[in-house]
Amino acid sequence: MLLHVHNVSKSFGGLQALNDVSFELPEGQILGLIGPNGAGKTTLFNVINCVYPPTTGRVTFRGADVTGKKPYDVSRMGMARTHQIVRPLSELTVRENVMVGACYGGNGHRLREAARIADEVLAFIGLGERADQLAGSLNVAQKKRLELARALAARPQLLLLDEVLAGLNPSEVGAMVETIRHIRDTGVTIIMIEHLMHALMKLADYVLVLEFGQLIASGTPEEVTSNPAVIEAYLGDPKLAEGLMDSA
Amino acid sequence: MKDQQQSSVALPLPAGRAAHALGVWRNPGLWLVLAVVGLAGAYPIITNQAAIREAIFTILLSIALASSLNILLGYTGYVSFGHVVFFGLGGYLGMYLLSSGVSLPVAVLAGGMIAGLLAFLLGSAILRLRGAYFALATIGINEAMRTFISNFGPFGGPTGISLNFAVYKPYGGAAQALWLTYYSLLILTLVAIVLSFQIKHSKFGLGLRAIREDEDAAEVMGVVTPRAKTWAYVLSAIIPGMAGVLFFFKNGNIEPLDAFRLHFSIELLVMVMLGGQGTVLGPVLGAAGYQQLRGFLLTNPTFKDYQLVLAGALLLLIVLFIPAGAIGWLRSRFPRLRRVLP
Repeated sequence: MLLHVHNVSKSFGGLQALNDVSFELPEGQILGLIGPNGAGKTTLFNVINCVYPPTTGRVTFRGADVTGKKPYDVSRMGMARTHQIVRPLSELTVRENVMVGACYGGNGHRLREAARIADEVLAFIGLGERADQLAGSLNVAQKKRLELARALAARPQLLLLDEVLAGLNPSEVGAMVETIRHIRDTGVTIIMIEHLMHALMKLADYVLVLEFGQLIASGTPEEVTSNPAVIEAYLGDPKLAEGLMDSA
Repeated sequence: MKDQQQSSVALPLPAGRAAHALGVWRNPGLWLVLAVVGLAGAYPIITNQAAIREAIFTILLSIALASSLNILLGYTGYVSFGHVVFFGLGGYLGMYLLSSGVSLPVAVLAGGMIAGLLAFLLGSAILRLRGAYFALATIGINEAMRTFISNFGPFGGPTGISLNFAVYKPYGGAAQALWLTYYSLLILTLVAIVLSFQIKHSKFGLGLRAIREDEDAAEVMGVVTPRAKTWAYVLSAIIPGMAGVLFFFKNGNIEPLDAFRLHFSIELLVMVMLGGQGTVLGPVLGAAGYQQLRGFLLTNPTFKDYQLVLAGALLLLIVLFIPAGAIGWLRSRFPRLRRVLP
């Protein structure tokens, strides 16, 4: 198992953001993570990549207990992530942003090698022509791609994608889906938080559903979308429920 | 698996674009600034004019200190209001050693080391603080250090340390010692500029700039932020510590109020901001420009009492209207200049 989440709970003051979440993730899979807004999906990411420690429970990555470690520790062990709200290093160029990923990720490349990797990854992700621009000058869709490029430049074994498809137009979504599949084919294990069910149906091998911090369902995309508990969880959000019905 | 990944991502790429990281020594901007500072520094030596030497000495000192402060302020994004504490502490240790018969080079090195050590110890503690809290802590440290030294017997307490005239003898007398200090400071200043340039264009510097832009994102990307910040602090402290020894050796005496002048720290901030934080040229230009202005104001009968008032107003105007400073403004206005203005 690449990643093992054991009985993780996280509370912020009185708010129970995660409640006894457990799952295992074998190598080479794409795991989808869905749930209504505020279900605790991003919190789960933050616990997995050690932005903050769980209140109780443990996380094991590549056989090592990483509970209580720091994000830079797990980054060096081969975990990379993107942020739902993009966090470009605005006053650095696009290339330099990606070089940070290559320099400080698992392989710890030197600057010269990192620049080469950055140019490769940027070409792959479709930002090659923007390499010399300041990251702050990109539009939102480009910044999302930059987030992904930075994560990829670290050559991770586990990639956490937090809503990389949100805010993209349909043709961009199609291209991004292809990109993600391509990344998986290179042997990278992926966990992705996504609201676009039809895209997730195409990609995910397995799906977990969170509601109010608890795992309420898990299974293949087909199983999950026909699960009454999942449909009920989404009913408060008619648009998403409709999306679920369409894709089911 | 790694090999597989590499080949799969190796799509057609524009050849030779990686040149970015190369040619640190081939950057024309670096040679330009070294040449200008070197020539300005050589002018009083060639013409043998002590008066001009004094003016240039002040400018060189400011350049060395502002360039060092820029490592922390400009590259890492941490505002230190108390950077003069390293200048003062280095100066004090150096003067103590000089008065006990240690030679100048050893005293200068010791001054740099004690400043670096202080930064290392402080860094582990106060670099956990971010933004305004860190800035406040640095003021506190300067004030605490001044109070401590004022009461510290071996360093002469409130009266400080004065060098005996005999200390200058091995250097060919006081007049020659002044020249020696000047040469040393000129070299130290050039070293400070090269250091600043090397850090900016290194992997370590890339990590620092990532911290400046978004510390949390930098951590997620794998930058070991506590370590990087501490080393940035140490590197920004060493040269001020060494410069402190040279300055007070030339001065002949040191006392707490001279060594730990808070407003000197703030003037250094003005210099870095004026020229452009985060650029190599900025602190050089800012220091030279500010000292010119200061010299003009101090000798002008109307303004001589308002020099610090104007420095404060200048800082306000820069922060409000050109937060990137002169070089930063040029770089963003004319992106082509990025290659020549480091």
